[in-house]
Amino acid sequence: MMTRLLGFVLRDIARGRWVILYFGFFLVATEGLLYFTAGEAKTVVGLMNIVLMLIPLAALMFGTLHLHHSRDFIELMLSQPVKRFTIYSALYFGVVLPFLGAFVLGTAIPTAIHGMLTSPSVLSLLATGVALTLVFFAIAFVVAVKINDKAASMGMAFIIWLASAVLYDGLVLAVTVWYADYPLETATIAMVAANPIDLARIIVMLTFDYVALMGYTGAVFQNFFGEALGITVSALSLGLWTVIPFWIGARAFAKKDW
Amino acid sequence: MVILLLLVLATSASAHTTLVRPRTVADLQRSIDRAQPFDTLVIAPGVITGSDLTIGKPLTIIGRKGAVVDAAMKGTSAIFVDADNVTIDGLAIRNVAVSFSTDNAAIKVRKRRHALIRNCRIDNAVFGVYLSDCKQSQVVGNRFTAYYSEQSKAGNGVHCWTGRDILIKDNVIDGHRDGVYLEFMHRVTVTNNICIRNLRYGLHFMFSDSCSYRRNRFEHNGAGVAVMYSSWVEMTENIFEDNWGVSTYGLLLKDIRDSHIRGNTFHRNSIGVYAEAASRILFDRNSFTGNGYALRMLANCDDNTVRNNDFVANSFDVTTNSKDSRNHFDRNYWSPYEGYDLDRDGYGDVPYHPVRLYSLLVEQLPSSVILMHSAFVNLLDVTERVVPTMTPETLIDHHPRMKPLSP
Repeated sequence: MMTRLLGFVLRDIARGRWVILYFGFFLVATEGLLYFTAGEAKTVVGLMNIVLMLIPLAALMFGTLHLHHSRDFIELMLSQPVKRFTIYSALYFGVVLPFLGAFVLGTAIPTAIHGMLTSPSVLSLLATGVALTLVFFAIAFVVAVKINDKAASMGMAFIIWLASAVLYDGLVLAVTVWYADYPLETATIAMVAANPIDLARIIVMLTFDYVALMGYTGAVFQNFFGEALGITVSALSLGLWTVIPFWIGARAFAKKDW
Repeated sequence: MVILLLLVLATSASAHTTLVRPRTVADLQRSIDRAQPFDTLVIAPGVITGSDLTIGKPLTIIGRKGAVVDAAMKGTSAIFVDADNVTIDGLAIRNVAVSFSTDNAAIKVRKRRHALIRNCRIDNAVFGVYLSDCKQSQVVGNRFTAYYSEQSKAGNGVHCWTGRDILIKDNVIDGHRDGVYLEFMHRVTVTNNICIRNLRYGLHFMFSDSCSYRRNRFEHNGAGVAVMYSSWVEMTENIFEDNWGVSTYGLLLKDIRDSHIRGNTFHRNSIGVYAEAASRILFDRNSFTGNGYALRMLANCDDNTVRNNDFVANSFDVTTNSKDSRNHFDRNYWSPYEGYDLDRDGYGDVPYHPVRLYSLLVEQLPSSVILMHSAFVNLLDVTERVVPTMTPETLIDHHPRMKPLSP
């Protein structure tokens, strides 16, 4: 049942051409950066900025929009003897898988052509991009299920993006200013690990030599994230950010009175 | 004058060249003891074992290709030069013993003039050439290779302590503690050397006035090049590359005055130039590319001039820890510059502030470095560039170039 539903959703997504556009964008952006920027670090930083900004934004926007547009399909399916969890999962993976494919191929093909695919920074970028896609589609679905009005849920999605991609860092900076007299390394690690976008940024940055510029804090970070504990914490944080919203969304979906 | 000329003629007329085939240092020592001043000893190819050879009279010692003095990790220094006008040419010296109480060197010269050490290959020595209180001497075209992993055991490639008028030229120094070490020296010229993979500094320079170094290459050294407590230093056309690490610099300037830094290339160093208490220094036509911090100038630097330099693709172009600056920046090229040039004179019409707001933040709050490359910080920098409020107002380039000097 799950696979058949997944097939319907995938076919629907494929008709929309958004995925093609998304794929094309990553292809052009990656190739452009590789072509115009000298040095691996600079290219990866440019690409990282795109990934960290665009993937959450696209996932949140498209995720909420798609669920609202699928209302007819959802109502039709709900009238059938199918478990609600199955429908929700099919909707989620039906959207996530094409976008993941588009991102991974769009980034991997140019980097492979330039012979950089196996470099740790590119691999970590791909991994964090995949994680961010999973996380922010899950969040988008929660928003779309909880808020019935399309415009309102789009607005909410945008606010979530603004908060996590931009404002959160402002808050981190404010905290470091307020508590400048205290040793903040552990606190900043906790704050960074709590936000998937920041976590993704740090994971990618630690793969290239930028750590040397980060002085003492950088050394603390590398010690933490380079060790088994840090890797576990990062994976756990990104995993929880995917599983918990997915679970909340699935529950709300199951209980919702359509 | 005539007497002097006659003397020179007399000595050169009586000088002999002898080919020797020593098996041990003791054999060589006997040949040296038999030789007349200003004779030439040519050493045939072969391994000479032993150490602590003393050259006590003015001699020219030439090693044929394959002539090796092997100290076999025993004794103290391999060769002591204890006379003026000694030339050692083309000899290979290896395996000098490590000692924590004496500074063992391949060639050690004390209180002498006109020593010339040329085309020697020095392999696995603690110190390579050790000039203590020497004058008018030259170290030219040698190759030094050492394999130490700890600073405390290793010595310096060329070590000069007190003295003047020394030429250090065309050497390759690899894997020592400091490549070239100068302390209390005057008028030393260091040119065309390559210092790579040294554990501490490629060139270490203390209390040495009126020295110049040019066209050297410093690569992959533990902490780059350090120039400290000196005046009238000329640094020209050197290459500082890949000196990357947490406390590593391309060039560290500390208490330097009245010096010129011209035409150097700083490429991929974590800090290109780190200047502390530097005064009246001219930075002219240098190129800073791909560094973490291109130029870090602390508040106690004053009256320095930074002009006609290229700053390309550095994470931070200029950083400082003060709100005002008493240094002059003019006619540099800055790759992040986004101004325009309506009168087409090659210089932007909008002044450029090379200090980013974020670099000031990192200065005051080191842990804010975790926000590097985040959207919020980029936003902050753009805002500051449009409406400067916190960055030093006096640290400004009024004539930023539109194009780099060197393409």
